[in-house]
Amino acid sequence: MNIVVCIKQVPDSDKVTIDRETNRLNRAGVPSIINPFDENALEMALQLKDLHGGKVTVISMGPPQADEALRTALSHGADEAILISDRKFGGADTWATSYTISLAIKKLEGVDLILFGKQAIDGDTAQVGPGVAHFLDIPMLTYAKSVEVTGNTFKVNKVTEDGYEVWDIDKPAALTVVKEANQLRMPSLKKKMAAKKAGIPTWGFDELQPEESKIGLAGSPTKVSKVFAPPIKLNKKTLSGEPAEMVAELIKNLKERNVL
Amino acid sequence: MSTTKELWVFAEQREGKLAGVVRELLSEGQILAEKAGFTLAAVLPSADGAAFCQELYNFGAKKVYTIDDPKLADYQNDYYARAVAQLINEKRPEIVLYGATTIGRSLAPTVAVMVDAGLTADCTQLDFDVEAGNLLQTRPAFGGNIMATIICPNHRPQMATVRSNVFKKTKLSDNESGEQVPYSVDLSGVPERMRRLESVHEADSTIDLNAAQFIVSGGRGVGKPENFKIIYDLASELGAAVGASRATVDAGWISHHHQVGQTGKTVCPVVYVACGISGAIQHLAGMQSSDVIVAVNKDPNAPIFDVADFGLIGDLHQIVPEFQKQIAAAKA
Ligand SMILES: Cc1cc2nc3c(=O)[nH]c(=O)nc-3n(C[C@H](O)[C@H](O)[C@H](O)COP(=O)(O)OP(=O)(O)OC[C@H]3O[C@@H](n4cnc5c(N)ncnc54)[C@H](O)[C@@H]3O)c2cc1C
Ligand SMILES: Nc1ncnc2c1ncn2[C@@H]1O[C@H](COP(=O)(O)O)[C@@H](O)[C@H]1O
Repeated sequence: MNIVVCIKQVPDSDKVTIDRETNRLNRAGVPSIINPFDENALEMALQLKDLHGGKVTVISMGPPQADEALRTALSHGADEAILISDRKFGGADTWATSYTISLAIKKLEGVDLILFGKQAIDGDTAQVGPGVAHFLDIPMLTYAKSVEVTGNTFKVNKVTEDGYEVWDIDKPAALTVVKEANQLRMPSLKKKMAAKKAGIPTWGFDELQPEESKIGLAGSPTKVSKVFAPPIKLNKKTLSGEPAEMVAELIKNLKERNVL
Repeated sequence: MSTTKELWVFAEQREGKLAGVVRELLSEGQILAEKAGFTLAAVLPSADGAAFCQELYNFGAKKVYTIDDPKLADYQNDYYARAVAQLINEKRPEIVLYGATTIGRSLAPTVAVMVDAGLTADCTQLDFDVEAGNLLQTRPAFGGNIMATIICPNHRPQMATVRSNVFKKTKLSDNESGEQVPYSVDLSGVPERMRRLESVHEADSTIDLNAAQFIVSGGRGVGKPENFKIIYDLASELGAAVGASRATVDAGWISHHHQVGQTGKTVCPVVYVACGISGAIQHLAGMQSSDVIVAVNKDPNAPIFDVADFGLIGDLHQIVPEFQKQIAAAKA
């Protein structure tokens, strides 16, 4: 089983704040983490490898420091890592990112399964998985909770709004993975040491030979035109004191607003 | 004949029912189409679309492109993407809106790369810049810490997904007129690479957070799983659905179907009652647009009070049962 896991390095959104004057993110000192959902994709891959053998390759596209996320993935048990990085890839939206990542995966041979996180927490778009799958012309399912190998196909349990569906999907396939799937195992000390020294190739423009019009800022159909702070609510009312009185006051207010 | 430009809404149907978000998108689409001078149309892949058309007209669609094929009865990404992409390439709409449902979030990004369109996910506000001809797509980023307006100046169509309950639905009447435009797509050349074996609905009205007018949610302040009973009791008194913060879901107190927030559901009930929820930005991202927010928390500095219309400072173990008691008394 030859599995590729796409991981993104993101700022820990728990710790991001916004400067209300400049409307910019205060990024200084905000730690970078592996996108939490990608940890679930990684664990799904590792479990499949435990059962069926094979190889888990992690890929990340980003600035040189994304190397750190790849090493973390290696310490959790991934076998190989590839960094997709080039100044020319900068400013890519999900369209251009999907295209670029798909070129890297095309260079790898005999891939059976490509796993993505459900979405990345910086942009929350959930678009890169389906995009890559289309560029590779392979079938894709979103929101996978579990996967089983059944001969030349995978049996996938996917989450829906009000339950789940079971699908049979041909190899090679792409899946985006939800958090309920699993929890990433702890890194091992031995792997941590090895990960520090691991050679991680960087694939850039020369290695991937992309069409120039499809990468980076120029290859991105969407543009950010404005960034601003979320609005603050006015006319708030706070109550304190005896529970019975507070509740009575609340009910009166809700009735006045015609919602009760 | 002058051909007007078009704004499309993907009319998602599942097992014979239109997704609620379709009505919301048409209602918002109507406002945008009017501003832009476009015709509002719906795109409906299904086994037999005629049955849905009246409902789509009633919410403002002037045209419904029905793509009928037995293979389109249920959602299958390859077939749906081919059908929608082919229609887009032929008719060249200016804008296409999709619900950010599990289906929309699979279809829209696939179609986006097929037709070379930009796609903005989970918009919470849409507007149209008449001068530039751009759709102004506003969405939260970085877990709701910041809002960004995205445009797509050089590619058409401009595509966006919108979560359920972000826009209000407005039915025009029960007998609006419109035009059904049947469109056929040859799917025989699309390889069958995935098959749905089973579809299970875990029916339970307490988790139907999208349809609920009232939601009572519990957070870590509830204390332990058994204590969720008071949340359920109040919910049942109010006819409400039950929501939860991620902390309680992660702790295994309640199933993930109840989770509200960035990584859970986005809800927009008439009243949202947050009990023992601190109001982390990721939770707010999923419930901030509720009409009225009530917060119960013993910490007066909890950030949930920043978004609450009515904040009750105190112990939820006293306040929640009291709330239930007074509602019951008012009914009696
Ligand atoms: C990538 C990412 C995605 C996330 N997505 C989500 C999401 O979708 N949804 C979500 O909810 N969270 C999400 N989170 C988690 C979020 O950051 C918070 O950790 C979580 O919402 C906290 O849950 P809570 O408010 O129940 O718990 P806490 O933050 O622990 O708050 C408990 C509150 O209960 C109050 N309290 C305690 N006892 C009582 C009492 N007896 N009476 C009244 N009040 C009491 C306390 O004062 C406190 O304010 C996400 C986090 C990350 C990093
Ligand atoms: N720059 C990237 N490098 C590697 N994987 C990525 C990158 N961006 C997105 N992904 C993958 O695509 C998923 C969805 O990301 P997004 O579409 O940005 O929400 C993530 O969970 C990752 O698995």
